[in-house]
Amino acid sequence: MLKTELNFDSLIEGQELESLNKPPISKVQLVKYAGASGDFNPLHTDDASAQKVGMDGVIAHGMLIMGFLGQYVTELAGDRAETRNFRMRFGAITKPGDEITCSSTVEKRYEEAGEKFVSLALEAKKPTGEVVGTGTVLLRFQ
Amino acid sequence: MELDKSVIGLQGKVYNFEVEKRHIRQFAEAIGDPNPLYKDEQYAKDTPHKGIIAPLTFPITIGADGGDLPLQLDTKRMLHGEQEFIYYQSIRPGDRLQCQMKVTDLYEREGKSGRMQFLVIDTEIKDDEEQMVAISRMNIIYRSLTT
Repeated sequence: MLKTELNFDSLIEGQELESLNKPPISKVQLVKYAGASGDFNPLHTDDASAQKVGMDGVIAHGMLIMGFLGQYVTELAGDRAETRNFRMRFGAITKPGDEITCSSTVEKRYEEAGEKFVSLALEAKKPTGEVVGTGTVLLRFQ
Repeated sequence: MELDKSVIGLQGKVYNFEVEKRHIRQFAEAIGDPNPLYKDEQYAKDTPHKGIIAPLTFPITIGADGGDLPLQLDTKRMLHGEQEFIYYQSIRPGDRLQCQMKVTDLYEREGKSGRMQFLVIDTEIKDDEEQMVAISRMNIIYRSLTT
């Protein structure tokens, strides 16, 4: 888990936040994710099927990467904020063995109708710097 | 066959989705998300959530459970380009959700490989009193087959 939980009062627009490093994606993880999510496309679980469509082998579900970002966002929000909106655009494909790092920057910090909001720009990257997903999340602080 | 604007507004049947504690736990485990909020009742009770909730991307499992839009799509042309979740209430174990898929937009863009169509499909998720819980919005790139 991350060390820091966001605090509305101390956030500054443009600030980079602590990142989250996920362990390498494994084939077993993709099977578990297929079962838990209901996405049984064999592209994610069966090497032979993936090779038929031109891949070297299985690739990860895009939604697994969004799941990593969801974990990251929930840890950042901690007990102080709740998520109102969360979106992601899928980028480069990920494969078993890839280690994904989730990072974020404070995009906007504002108060509206007496409520406190922060939007974060999110990024999921491989160690090579290749971006596998970008997104935004809107948090409402208590 | 290209899609046209007439697909906007198409909707599937309302279907029920029961949220199981084990499903939430297994979904979090698959992501490798160790947050006790998804499995430890005692821990979760003492948080502002006041009990176990589902991870942020859990609504994707609901969309996968009852896709019956009256629309013929060629899965080979479909690419999940973007995903968005709009949250109104937390999803909790024991929830009996009422869900429905709707086509909410179709638009075109000029891409690197020619004209591309984008299809937006919402899964609306409501509680048993018909209050909105979440919307899961899928943006699908519908590619032209050039071969």
